[in-house]
Amino acid sequence: MSSPVKGGPEVVLRLAGISKRFGPLLANDDISLTLRAGEVLALLGENGAGKTTLMNILFGHYVADEGTIEAFGRPLPPGSPRAALEAGIGMVHQHFTLADNLSVLDNIAVGTESLWRWRSDRGAARRRLLDLSQRFGLEVRPDALVGDLSVGERQRVEILKALYRDARILILDEPTAVLTPQESAGLFDTLRKLTADGLAVVFISHKMNEVFAASDTVAVLRAGKLVATHATASTDRARLAELMVGRSVKPPAPTPLSPGEPVLELAGVTVASGHGRPLLDGVDLTVRRHQVVGIAGVSGNGQTALAELVSGLIRPESGRLSLKGSVVEHGDPADMVRRGVARIPEDRHSAGLVGAMAVWENLIAERYHDAAFSRFGVLRRGAARTYARKVIEEFDVRCPGPDARTQLLSGGNMQKLILGRTLAHGPDLILASQPTRGLDIGAVSYVHSRLLDARAAGAGVLLISEDLDEILALADCVTVAYHGRLTPLLPHDRVSVSQLGLLMAGHWDILRDILPETVHAA
Amino acid sequence: MRLEPRTDTPLALRLLAPVGAVVAALALCALLVAWTGAPVLRAYGLLFEGAVGSRFALTETLTRATPLILTGLAAAVAFRAKLWNIGAEGQLYMGALAAVVVGGGMLDLPAWALIPVVMIAGMAAGGVTLLGPAVLKVRFGVDEVVTTLLLNFVVLLLVSMLLEGALKDPMGMGWPQSAPVVEAAELPKLVERTRLHGGFAIALGLSVLLWLVDTRTIWGYENRAVGANPRAAAFAGMPVTRIMLRTALLSGGLAGLAGAAEVCGLKGYLTLDLSPGFGYSGIVAAMLAQLHPIGVVGAALFIAGIFVGADAMSRAMPVPNYIADVLVAASLLCMLVAGLLARYRLRRG
Repeated sequence: MSSPVKGGPEVVLRLAGISKRFGPLLANDDISLTLRAGEVLALLGENGAGKTTLMNILFGHYVADEGTIEAFGRPLPPGSPRAALEAGIGMVHQHFTLADNLSVLDNIAVGTESLWRWRSDRGAARRRLLDLSQRFGLEVRPDALVGDLSVGERQRVEILKALYRDARILILDEPTAVLTPQESAGLFDTLRKLTADGLAVVFISHKMNEVFAASDTVAVLRAGKLVATHATASTDRARLAELMVGRSVKPPAPTPLSPGEPVLELAGVTVASGHGRPLLDGVDLTVRRHQVVGIAGVSGNGQTALAELVSGLIRPESGRLSLKGSVVEHGDPADMVRRGVARIPEDRHSAGLVGAMAVWENLIAERYHDAAFSRFGVLRRGAARTYARKVIEEFDVRCPGPDARTQLLSGGNMQKLILGRTLAHGPDLILASQPTRGLDIGAVSYVHSRLLDARAAGAGVLLISEDLDEILALADCVTVAYHGRLTPLLPHDRVSVSQLGLLMAGHWDILRDILPETVHAA
Repeated sequence: MRLEPRTDTPLALRLLAPVGAVVAALALCALLVAWTGAPVLRAYGLLFEGAVGSRFALTETLTRATPLILTGLAAAVAFRAKLWNIGAEGQLYMGALAAVVVGGGMLDLPAWALIPVVMIAGMAAGGVTLLGPAVLKVRFGVDEVVTTLLLNFVVLLLVSMLLEGALKDPMGMGWPQSAPVVEAAELPKLVERTRLHGGFAIALGLSVLLWLVDTRTIWGYENRAVGANPRAAAFAGMPVTRIMLRTALLSGGLAGLAGAAEVCGLKGYLTLDLSPGFGYSGIVAAMLAQLHPIGVVGAALFIAGIFVGADAMSRAMPVPNYIADVLVAASLLCMLVAGLLARYRLRRG
């Protein structure tokens, strides 16, 4: 597969026949790619398609089983990040590799100076950093502690660190996962400045709109194989989605329904954090039947506390939580389940399921006291297995059977298992915390359609997600979490992505434009 | 060479792991036996014969296995819930202490009533001893390995003080020992003219009962869930703290029962050498059994056989009976390796 741009600028990177095997899994299967100076290549693929593995091979974290890499016409020795750095390859990892207790300047200069010199030349380092920062519009304060920076600022530091080391090829692993829409746009601006200067950029993503916003070329990986390379301008979303998943995918289409009576009401709910700002600060929220309420926000703005509150794991310091009109005095998880709350936890591995136990044992975990599953303290194992078989079939959980160990299931099937456990009983309220995080497109659309089915059946859905596309696709109303507070409910058709982005960054003054009737709300 | 996790461990491998570990331990210790100049095969032959070769040898092994089964179950129950109870030795002595107090004549009951009362007293004493560290763990996050281990010494000193003072037998010729339990509190003998007593039947019955509880009841279900993933158990609505404390009571109770059964079945009174480390050997038994309640019986029989057999062997050959300690310790280490190999696959490259 050759790059669609024939001739053109110089080829800076050439991967040829890269294969990598982890046990039975073929993570990369004979992948060949070329990258030219001034090009932004998007590496698109679902989770587990092999994107990160490929970039880790390129940067020397892994050694490929087969294949060669050439950077600037010279072969790159395998398995050495140092060699990659010296060849001009810089990588910005998904999880930043910065020391919180050091200044920006120190973080950038660390490792670039000889250990045998008497004193470090910080003056020169600072000049060089400021020069780079100005040239590419990457604004940073050299003396600020990294621990005090926002996520977007930290990412800028990471990029500057790579540039400081003379990177001519920049690899970004899911760079927008932690950014607000505005910060993402800023990042894409930076990428354009970098490529104008002749750098080449590879960025890894599974989000379609970023591919179109930022890339010149897109390479699609599926199950370890490179399935297509296209000039971004010559392709479209539907086609890329199909290439990524291997079949066509329909987006969810919620039918309009008029909301019914309230199922969840929060009135002035505050949850203290034990130090400093409260996790939730006087939150009011109502979720009605036939309604999906989406909570948008950068993570760490109170969403976790809200989810734990509705799950019954924590109780409000002050304020009131009511379900179906009756106040919950001493909520605990079992009580919430009894009151008809279906809870989909944020972290399905550690909070949702007991990996070491069988599928059927996990399926009855919320209601093993029911007469259907136990009598006089003795488990009715036959009945539980029969029930499990039914749920497995109804929710399309791909597993060998009810006795399979849960940790052997894929992420998507684990999520279906949790859906089966909670949705099989006709809930009144569904708490869905990051319900599709880390899932592939097929599983995502399954989860979405299940949530919409439940909404149609009369449940209220509280959807907490960091994925704005997901929220706008599903939610009837949106509210934004910022510093433990929630905006009033905004109808989804009256708010745009950029407005949500501003609200996520704390610019609540724009609420006046969106909701003129509730000026005083913020 | 590197290790790769297996997706599933076949049953055959799980059964083979302890056998392999024991064989490896025997092979390692053969070097030590050979060092003493004794013929290795004959030494092991004598050890085997001394453990199971006669009616006397066999009943001695079973007698020795009785407290090991109980302390092994105590460790298995606790470890499954990730409660690292290293204090079975102390809980055993607390159980024995309760047995000599309650069974020492303060209750005038017939045997069918007194024996259960004394056993339950022993269990209660052992359970309460572990409850303290367990409460500290769930409330304040105090490491129970440290508290339970150190409590062993506290208990031994307490027993020592009582045996020199309040509980000292006036007829004991000045030895630090308690007055014997009354006849009605003595466990019946299982086989005439041997030392094998009813405690063995209790231990066997309890291991089956615990296995049934573990696999068939809500209790066992909750225990396994809390042990494997307390966060998920709490999220699903299980009362995690209560389950932890319940497990602590049960674990300590089993160790306490071991002490009460030793007093009422074998020794008759309490001394400071009631247990040659049954509490610690119980941990080995539980590990060899991979924490399976039925497996604990087999593991305890193996360890008891090694100790009894080594005594017999050391009488006939110049091999000290300390070889038993080395063998048991070596099989624990080998078992840890075997457990790793059962869960992982070794790959080259």
